[in-house]
Amino acid sequence: MASPNPSGGFWHRLANPARFQRLSAWLMPWLVLITLGCFGAGLYYGLYASPIDYQQKDTVRIMYVHVPAAWLAMMSYSTLAISGFVALVWRHPLADVAGAATAPIGAVFTFLALFTGAIWGQPTWGTWWVWDARLTSVLILFFMFLGYIAIRNAFDDQARAGRAASLLAIVGVVILPIIKFSVDWWNTLHQPASVSKLSGSSMDPAMLRPLLIMAVAYMALFGVLLLLRMRLELTRRRVEALQMARAGAATP
Amino acid sequence: MTAFMATLSRDLLIARREGGESLLAVIFFVLGAMLFPLGVGPEGKLLALMAAGVIWVMALLATLLALDRLFQADWRDGTLELMALAPDSLTLVVAAKCLAHWLVTGLPMVIAAPVMALLLNLPPEGWPPLLAALLIGSPALSFIGAICAALIVGARRGGVLMTLLALPLYIPTLIFGAGAVQAAIGGFDPSAHLAALGAITLAAIALCPWAAAAALRQAME
Repeated sequence: MASPNPSGGFWHRLANPARFQRLSAWLMPWLVLITLGCFGAGLYYGLYASPIDYQQKDTVRIMYVHVPAAWLAMMSYSTLAISGFVALVWRHPLADVAGAATAPIGAVFTFLALFTGAIWGQPTWGTWWVWDARLTSVLILFFMFLGYIAIRNAFDDQARAGRAASLLAIVGVVILPIIKFSVDWWNTLHQPASVSKLSGSSMDPAMLRPLLIMAVAYMALFGVLLLLRMRLELTRRRVEALQMARAGAATP
Repeated sequence: MTAFMATLSRDLLIARREGGESLLAVIFFVLGAMLFPLGVGPEGKLLALMAAGVIWVMALLATLLALDRLFQADWRDGTLELMALAPDSLTLVVAAKCLAHWLVTGLPMVIAAPVMALLLNLPPEGWPPLLAALLIGSPALSFIGAICAALIVGARRGGVLMTLLALPLYIPTLIFGAGAVQAAIGGFDPSAHLAALGAITLAAIALCPWAAAAALRQAME
C-alpha cells in the first residue's frame, strides 16, 4: 500500500467517507460480476472438465476449493496487518474500518481451509486431522483472527479498541512466514508448495488453470465482502454520529 | 539504567509485601499438574510419556494467571502515566517489570519443576533438559505475555481475553520446550531444541518490551 500523500494523493482523498462510498458503489457491481463469472468457470472446469488425479481419483477436486481458501486466509491476515500498520502510522480512518471489516472474513476463510482440508484428509491420509506443522499453524491463524475480533469488542472506547487490535495484528504477523515455510522446515504430511516455485509450477496446466480461476473468484469474493462490510461499518458510524448529534441538540 | 533498577526493586518489593500472593501461581502450577494422574489414571508409563508436556502446559497457564495484572494496577492508580511521562525510556521500565514478573513466577516454577517431574514419573534422562528448557524458555513467556498484558489494559474481561491473545503466541515456546525433553527421553541430543528455545527467548527479550511499551503508549492516548 502506498503512503498517503499529505498534499492530497489518492489515499488521502479516499479518507473522505462519502467519496469512498461513491467509489465502492461504482466498483461493487463489477466485482460481483467477476466473482460470479469466475466461480462459474472455475467450478465447471474444477469439478467437471478437469482430469482426475491418477492416485486420488475424484477427491483431488477438493483442491479447487481448499487451496484458494488457504491462500485467502493468509491474504486476509496480511490485509489485517497492513491496515493495522497504516491505521497506527498514518491514522488513516479507512484503514481502521478495513481492519475491522477483514477479520471476520479472514476467520471464515481460515475455517473453510481447515474444514475442506479435513474432508480432503479423510480419504487421502485416512484421518480428519493430524498435528502436522501446516495444519497446526493454520489453526493458530484461526485463533489469531478470533483474538483480533475479541480485542476489538473488549473496549468501550472504539478508537482505543482499534489501536489495540491494529497493534495485535502487527505482532501476529510472525505467524505468516511460519505457515508459509512450515512444509519446508518440517518434514510433514502436508505436501510442499507446488504451484509457484522458482523452477516453474510442477502442476499440470489442466489442473492449474481451474485452480487459478478459482483463486481469482475467491479474491473477488473477498473484495465484495470487504467493500460490503466497510460500507456497512461506515454507515453504522455515521448513524451513531447523527444520533449523538441529535441527542446533543435535544438537551440544550 | 536507574529507571530499570528502580522499577525492578519496586516490583519485587510489592511482590514481597503482598505476601504469598505471587506464590499462588506456583501452587496452581503444581496443583494443576496433579490433576492429570487423577484424570488419566496413575499408569507409570503413560505419565512418563506425558510428563514433559503437562509440566510445560501448566507453566504456560500459570504464567498467564499472574500476567494480566502486570500493568493493570499501575494503570488504574496513574503510576503508568507517570512512568510514560518520565524522561527515562518506557521500554526499559517494561523490561524491568517483565524481569520482576519472571523472578516472582517463572523462577519459582523452575524450582518446583523437579517435584512435578518426580510426581509425574519423568525418566531420569529427561530431568536435566527439563530444567534447562524451563530456565531458558520461561523468560520468553513473561516477555511475550507482556505485550498482551499491555494490549488489554483497560479492557472489559481482561483475564479471559489475555488467554485468547497470549496462548497462540506461546505455542513455539511450548513445542521446543517439551520437544527438548522428549528428544532426551528418546535418546537424541536435546541441544538443537534448547538452542531454538534460547533464540526465542533472546528475540522476545529484545523485541517484546519495545512492542509492549508501544501498546501502553497507545492505551494512554
